[in-house]
Amino acid sequence: MTFDILAHELVPKHEILSKKEKEELLARLGSREEHLPKIYESDPVIKVIKAKPKDVIKITRKSQTSGEAVYYRIVLRG
Amino acid sequence: MHLITNLEFSIMSPEMVKNLARVRIVTSELYDADGYPVEGGVMDPRLGVIDPGLHCRTCGGTIGDCPGHFGYLELAKSVINVLYTKTVYQLLKLTCKKCNRIMVKDIHLEGGEEAIEDLRIKAPLKCPYCSTKQKKVTFVKPYTYYEDKDELSPDSIRERLEKIPNGDLKKISFSGGRPEWLILTLFPIPPVTMRPSITLESGERSEDDLTHKLVDIVRINQSLKENIDIGAPEFILNDLWELVQYHISTYFDNELTGAPLARHRSGRALKGLVQRLKAKEGRIRGNLLGKRVNFSARTVISPDPNLSINEVGVPEVIANELTIPEYVTPGNIKQIKDMLKDNKVNYVVRPDARRIKVTEDNKKDIMEKITADWQVDRKLQDGDIVLFNRQPSLHRISIMAHRVKVMPYQTFRMNPSVCPPYNADFDGDEMNLHALQSEESRAEAAALMEVKDNIISPKFGGPLIGCDLDQISGLYMLTQDAAQFSREEAAQLLADAKIEADLPEREMFSGKDMFSLLLPRELNMEYKTNKGVVVIQNGQLKSGMIDAGGVGAFKGRIINKVLKLKGSDAVKDFIDRSGRLGVAYLNRRGISIGLSDIDLSPEIQKTVRGEIDKSVAEANSLIDKYENDEISVLPGLTPKASLEAQIMNVLANGVSRVSDIVGENLRYNDIIQMAESGAKGSIINTTQMAAVVGQETILGKRIKRGYLRRTLPHIRPGDLSPMSHGFVARGFKHGLTPFELFWNIMNGREGLMDKSLRTRKSGYMQRRLVNALQDLKIEFDNSIRDANGFIVQFNAGEDGIDPTKSDWGKLNWKEIVEKSVGK
Repeated sequence: MTFDILAHELVPKHEILSKKEKEELLARLGSREEHLPKIYESDPVIKVIKAKPKDVIKITRKSQTSGEAVYYRIVLRG
Repeated sequence: MHLITNLEFSIMSPEMVKNLARVRIVTSELYDADGYPVEGGVMDPRLGVIDPGLHCRTCGGTIGDCPGHFGYLELAKSVINVLYTKTVYQLLKLTCKKCNRIMVKDIHLEGGEEAIEDLRIKAPLKCPYCSTKQKKVTFVKPYTYYEDKDELSPDSIRERLEKIPNGDLKKISFSGGRPEWLILTLFPIPPVTMRPSITLESGERSEDDLTHKLVDIVRINQSLKENIDIGAPEFILNDLWELVQYHISTYFDNELTGAPLARHRSGRALKGLVQRLKAKEGRIRGNLLGKRVNFSARTVISPDPNLSINEVGVPEVIANELTIPEYVTPGNIKQIKDMLKDNKVNYVVRPDARRIKVTEDNKKDIMEKITADWQVDRKLQDGDIVLFNRQPSLHRISIMAHRVKVMPYQTFRMNPSVCPPYNADFDGDEMNLHALQSEESRAEAAALMEVKDNIISPKFGGPLIGCDLDQISGLYMLTQDAAQFSREEAAQLLADAKIEADLPEREMFSGKDMFSLLLPRELNMEYKTNKGVVVIQNGQLKSGMIDAGGVGAFKGRIINKVLKLKGSDAVKDFIDRSGRLGVAYLNRRGISIGLSDIDLSPEIQKTVRGEIDKSVAEANSLIDKYENDEISVLPGLTPKASLEAQIMNVLANGVSRVSDIVGENLRYNDIIQMAESGAKGSIINTTQMAAVVGQETILGKRIKRGYLRRTLPHIRPGDLSPMSHGFVARGFKHGLTPFELFWNIMNGREGLMDKSLRTRKSGYMQRRLVNALQDLKIEFDNSIRDANGFIVQFNAGEDGIDPTKSDWGKLNWKEIVEKSVGK
């Protein structure tokens, strides 16, 4: 039996950004890929959503201060 | 720009020592009969200058700019550098005594094989190159080597090390020079600037420890050389060599194991080079990491509620010592001359940079000569901005800027309301004060660091500074309906509190009217307190009593609102004046507590006793059930633990019922008022005094430690009753039984231990956290990035709110909308 980790309440929503969205994000931040927080390819969620290295993941989390907060992480090999 | 990729430290070769040196040292004499330094001696004038006014014989520089120059000493026999005895030992062990190859297996560095990093490997019995059988090398601390039974002389060791091929050294990753350099043949004599002699008051010269040591080294070395020249017997030479080796070794390190301490004539141990660098007071920790600072002062602090929170009282003695540089300009020359006249200037600096101390004698002269291009060092005076600090400086508000107020006596004075950010109290605390020395630093401090601009905590977004203790009690009592003043009384109260305000044309004033004088006209707010609702309309307190929730530190809602409405200067005045008003009223009214304040009527006492007895009986029946195996076992707990949990619960409920009864039945008095207003104490404290202290705990459990199956020898083994496990069934007023007192003390000791252990642990945890986060910064796009540009958060705090501009971390959107739309 497989367990759908995405359905677990402690796993926030992960989405893969499209190429265009990724470029827009980096332009907005005025930053480069390597400055984004990272996440490894071997991360359980990354395996499930089948993200590839260099993909940027948008994570929508619950937040104590603002209710909902978005975070971006770049997928790294490993 | 070039990046430094690596640094290499290495040892000096004899050639380097010689090239570095300007003088060859040949005599152990320091000064001749006339008191001049002897050339070729250890204090040779070519080694640098340490006397003011003299010029260096080598570089021509004077005391400040001559760095000093090395000399060298030719050693008659080589000597081992004690700091490298381990390395020499390892090399000797691994070197073939015949072919001088390093006896490790063939490593092909070109072939990508790695060199041996750790030399702690076993020496082979046979040389792999020439198959010679090896003798065992041993090392005896501090600096003797044996091969089997024969002692190896440094000369012979040096010879061996010289012959090791460079290629072999690479295999054992030996870097930083040739191994034979570890055996000294030339000895560097350090410049006099790093070992200055001091002239005592008696005119006698006192030499530095290192100079003493160097004299010994040179003297014995000379004597060894002479003995060699006259062909003295071997044992004399050996003794002398041993002495040279000892002196050079202790010169490097005077804490060697196996060597006796080198001592001064007075019996004090001399300081070697290693001792200069090492430990808390050494060069690294003491001087490089622990810089000292000028223009600062430190003394005990004491409270003065009549000072503004933005001020600091500086003792006259300190204010006269600390100075601030001031440039003389055509615009201020008159004031400067006045200051000179009033002895408010300590030094003047002429355009040629000559610094002159102002004395009574030259004062007139200076006042005549001074022009606009001079500079003066004037004493601290009222209104100067200074930094005030209490250690440990855990957060940025541990250092704030205050305005000076010069005062008599010996202590720094501060308004007690600024204690919370510094975490200060007045039980002997000392604080530091720094007089800022440039216009830039003063402007920066005034713009960012003044107390009035740091009232809101960057941690939780509420005021850190507010009224406390009697200030709150006073305001609480003042704003009760009972407080009524005639016009004259009202005026007197304002005068006592040093408040300038216009009294409306009226004959009677309530306490609420008096407090309202401090509020800005525009203030409208409403909030709940323990006792009713505080309503402020157009700066008039309409109902409610002012308590800690309104004007106290951490909670003060009115402070927060006034700050947002009128800015930091207004809130500074508000805190200053409300504190003074509270205390002034309390001085008129009087405040006092006594034993009778915690008296309960006989009937109430009976009910209280009944409640306590009832819960003790309940606990005892639980124990009976437990002993008959009838106890209801709670999920996840053993029967024993279930019993404990239930006993604790039953007793706590009993105490809380008593607490309610006490709260309802105590006469309304000053203790209750203090608790209600949040000034000090709580209803629990009152209950503990008046009725019952309750369960004393160790690690959150009933008291269990002591003897086998019992807490004290007076108790039957296995007794589980409340009384034998820390329940105090009396109030402090009644007095505790010896047992109860013991439980109470156990609990008190735990609290004490906890406090000291917790502060230490959390202090270190916080330090690590601060070090990890120190280069994080909020950028203009609200993202948090570190110094390398790595993003940590995309929106600071996930909500992008600056706590210092919020209400306790939240945005008050209602207020913002009302403000911008206009209701």
